[in-house]
Amino acid sequence: MKPATFRYFAPRTLDEALDLLAEHGEEGKVLAGGQSLVPAMNFRLARPQSLIDINRIGALDYAREEDGTLCIGALARHAAFEAPVAGGALAALLPRVARHIAHLPIRVRGTFAGSLAHADPASEWCLVAATLDVELVIASRRGTRTLRPGEYFVTALTTALEADELLTEIRLPLLDQGWRTGFVEFSRRAGDYALAMSAAFLRIEDGRVVEARIGVGGATDRPQRIAAAEQMVIGSDGNTEIRREAGNIAAAAIDPLEDMQASAAFRRDLVRTMVERALAQAFAE
Amino acid sequence: MRWVGRRLPRYEDPVLLRGDGRYVADLARGARIMRFVRSPVARGRILGIKAPPGTQLITAADLGDVKPMCPRLLRPDYVPIAQPILAGERVTHVGEPIAVVIADTAAAAEDLAEQVEVEIEAETPVVDFDQALAPGAPLVHGAAANNTVIDASIETGDIAPAFASAQQIVEFTFESRRQSAMPLEARGAVAAFDPATGRVTLTASTQSPHIMRTGIADLLGMPESDLRVIAPDVGGGFGQKTALIPEYVVAVWAARQFGCTVAWIEDRLENLTASAHSRDQRLTLRGAFDSAGKLLAVDADSLCNIGAYSIYPITCGVEPLMAMTELPGPYALGAYRVRGRAVTTNTCPMAPYRGVSRPVITTAIERLMDCAAERLGLDPLEIRRRNLIAAFPHTSPTGLVHDGGTYREAMEMAATLVDVAGFRARQQAARAEGRYLGIGFSVFSERTGYGTPVFSARKMEITPGFERVELAMDPSGFVEARIGASPHGQGLKTTLAQLLADELGVTPDTIRVIAGDTDRTPYGWGTFASRAAVIAGGACKLAAVKLRERLNEVAAQTLEAAVADIEINDGRAAVRGTDLGIAVPQLARAAYHESHRFPAIVETGLSAVATYDPAGTFSNACHVAIVEVDTATGQIAIERFVIVEDAGVLLNPTIVEGQIHGGVAQGIANALYEEVVYDEGGNILTGSLADYLVPTMAEIPDLEIHHLETITDASITGVKGVGEGGAIGAPAAILNAVSDALSPFGIGIFEMPITPQRILQLLREHRGPPQ
Repeated sequence: MKPATFRYFAPRTLDEALDLLAEHGEEGKVLAGGQSLVPAMNFRLARPQSLIDINRIGALDYAREEDGTLCIGALARHAAFEAPVAGGALAALLPRVARHIAHLPIRVRGTFAGSLAHADPASEWCLVAATLDVELVIASRRGTRTLRPGEYFVTALTTALEADELLTEIRLPLLDQGWRTGFVEFSRRAGDYALAMSAAFLRIEDGRVVEARIGVGGATDRPQRIAAAEQMVIGSDGNTEIRREAGNIAAAAIDPLEDMQASAAFRRDLVRTMVERALAQAFAE
Repeated sequence: MRWVGRRLPRYEDPVLLRGDGRYVADLARGARIMRFVRSPVARGRILGIKAPPGTQLITAADLGDVKPMCPRLLRPDYVPIAQPILAGERVTHVGEPIAVVIADTAAAAEDLAEQVEVEIEAETPVVDFDQALAPGAPLVHGAAANNTVIDASIETGDIAPAFASAQQIVEFTFESRRQSAMPLEARGAVAAFDPATGRVTLTASTQSPHIMRTGIADLLGMPESDLRVIAPDVGGGFGQKTALIPEYVVAVWAARQFGCTVAWIEDRLENLTASAHSRDQRLTLRGAFDSAGKLLAVDADSLCNIGAYSIYPITCGVEPLMAMTELPGPYALGAYRVRGRAVTTNTCPMAPYRGVSRPVITTAIERLMDCAAERLGLDPLEIRRRNLIAAFPHTSPTGLVHDGGTYREAMEMAATLVDVAGFRARQQAARAEGRYLGIGFSVFSERTGYGTPVFSARKMEITPGFERVELAMDPSGFVEARIGASPHGQGLKTTLAQLLADELGVTPDTIRVIAGDTDRTPYGWGTFASRAAVIAGGACKLAAVKLRERLNEVAAQTLEAAVADIEINDGRAAVRGTDLGIAVPQLARAAYHESHRFPAIVETGLSAVATYDPAGTFSNACHVAIVEVDTATGQIAIERFVIVEDAGVLLNPTIVEGQIHGGVAQGIANALYEEVVYDEGGNILTGSLADYLVPTMAEIPDLEIHHLETITDASITGVKGVGEGGAIGAPAAILNAVSDALSPFGIGIFEMPITPQRILQLLREHRGPPQ
């Protein structure tokens, strides 16, 4: 399990990286944390002819609040989120999500942005991004553009990123103290890829839900919000029946993945329970 | 000072923990690297092999008169199968080696191997029992009709009347899915040719260096004395590394052919797909019980999918024959009938894996007991009380002699430790809240430390069993113990040093155990079948008794006393009841440099040799698991796991507990996580650790281990084997616990691993889809 031969570049600035992507992006890959790419290269499932290592571009390593958003740079590692990096409801949510990501050594190297660029259906940050409807900032030598998750996530392991583009920043809306959050995941072993997961963000006033974002991941080719479940919980007090019904709606709404680890039927069952439990967690907060 | 029974920290550990261990990959530096080109299809005819010009390539044609491996059981119902070192005409499983490329680096070798084109006319493979045994099924090997390599039967007692008179007949089919031993260190070898002597030194990750030497020399037609096999530090084997494999044969051949040093270091993909698999078994079981829950008779049919070849040297018979012989387990049984078959398929060959067939048969019998208990309205402990062997020695229906054990006592102690009544109350309360807890027991005996008497009964052409030890004390009083057994993680260099220290009256730090080098050690059989502490230990004791006598002679002569009055403790010889004494190093110096003073020991000096070859001894244990099943997701959490075990004298309790921890972890893996999956084309879908789910420390609970001690005559040290017990007993406890948790739904588990997806499927079948 040694990778096939490749050319290696280590740019020191974003401009250098974008130049390299313009020239080599078609046959090359960006290396950030490498926690998905390097195993794929070792298995020879990925054979980039060029590797553009951005780890020396220190300016890309940040996670900071700016004008009501949490701005996350391309090199912010998963481990950076294990302690709060933002105020409001994100302070409790992001560490809870981070602890579900693989294992500690992987979190020390792997990056938030890399996770979004890779778009594995089991990616926790992709689910959070879709549920929060984040802004994705994409740069190339041709210029900069922003996308929303709906346009960005195409299918499993496929995004709208062009060959010469780098995902440079992700902007999360800050959630104020009126929001309650829940995040649950099912995997066979601690740290495994999620077979199903749910993120539930609820804004509650006087014991009633006034705004709801319910997302499902791990079970479908890309993360998605379940609008019908969100509609149903709005105005409710989130009791057991409501949560169960939300789970049923989500299970019925998805087109589940089917593979050796889990059948479609199993994923539906899991989604039902994950949505129910994410909502329970949000209400208990 | 007595050393046996002390928790001495292992002598092996400091080097290993510092990262200074020398595993075969550490010793491959500077060698040319071999990479195998393996069959991408499960079955077919090889039409041609093409490599880029200049590639150093070895194919079957190059190997010329190198013989195929063909291990034999000398029984009429065994069909010998020849396994070519490199496939020449046909391929019989995905991963079968077809050719080898040699390059300077591993990456270059992998590049080259990819460029070798093998043209194969693919044929439809047979992958599982049903395909292999279907009438008219394609034959994996022409010589094996019905794809059956062994078809054996045993029948004792009166089966028909027992079933006719039974109050309750419990019948089920138990499925055990294919396992991989998953040693943390995969296989590998370095073969170095020495032009000065014409010899090859093969350093290999193996459990049995002497068998490797004899086997490879046979196949290559070379003098055995031209080959030296060394087992360096070995990072686990669990049976997978007892086998002689084509890769090691090719390595030695290539070293001789090219007059150089070559290395093959297996990667995890190769290990999971092409090394050896185990426990792909289907057991159909019928048990007849009377109204009091007494087991009257067992009628069973064991199918073992042994893959494409018969493993060398132990043969594919090991799984079905052991299943047949040991199925009754720790229970007294009147009538017994069993059929055992080894079925060949186009899959990776089977090698014995820790416990071999016993994890399967133990789980099946323990499920039988729980099912019968439920049908008869008996407590699961009570039905076992009525059936466990209570008087020793006990001869089983298949002629096994159970020496003394604590089958019932271990169970009662375990039951008390977990407070069964308290648990039942908690279980009841939890059910009212919609939570499903369960408790499961596993009571079993483990056959250990058996030598040629047992292996010869299987009619193996190559009969392992004895162990020989050569002891020598040097002029400084330091003892070297050269043993034939070859450790792969058991801590033998510590435990045998403790045993020898007690027998000789010295301290263990003055003893060095030498193992794993065929040039330096007597012929031996390796570490497997929970044998080394018993058999190598027994040989150590016998040799030490002789060496002790010789030391006593020298001491008596030197101290001018009677031999009978000499005592040696902590490295000092003294005359009983006096202050007269002399340090052992001084005795040793005198024995060598004043040898004329000691005519009594002139023949041997301070050395001794002994061989031990016992018939075996049974250890036993009871495992208890408490689990919770999440009926919404199917996830199983193990709340508590208790082990009460009896392995007689424990040389080093910490090492024993380490063995139990490892075995139980593998047993939990077997019950809940690990499964090798083939598709219909004979391709392995679980070729990486992302798909083959090995439990981590997050999945394995803290284990509570308690010891009982039965001293047996069947082992001269009183030591019983214990290496496999954890793996043998744990799955049954887990499966019984899960079944107990789901009993309100009428669900019982008869397969392993049992997975969350399968649990939800069973729940849906039994109670309908969720609301």
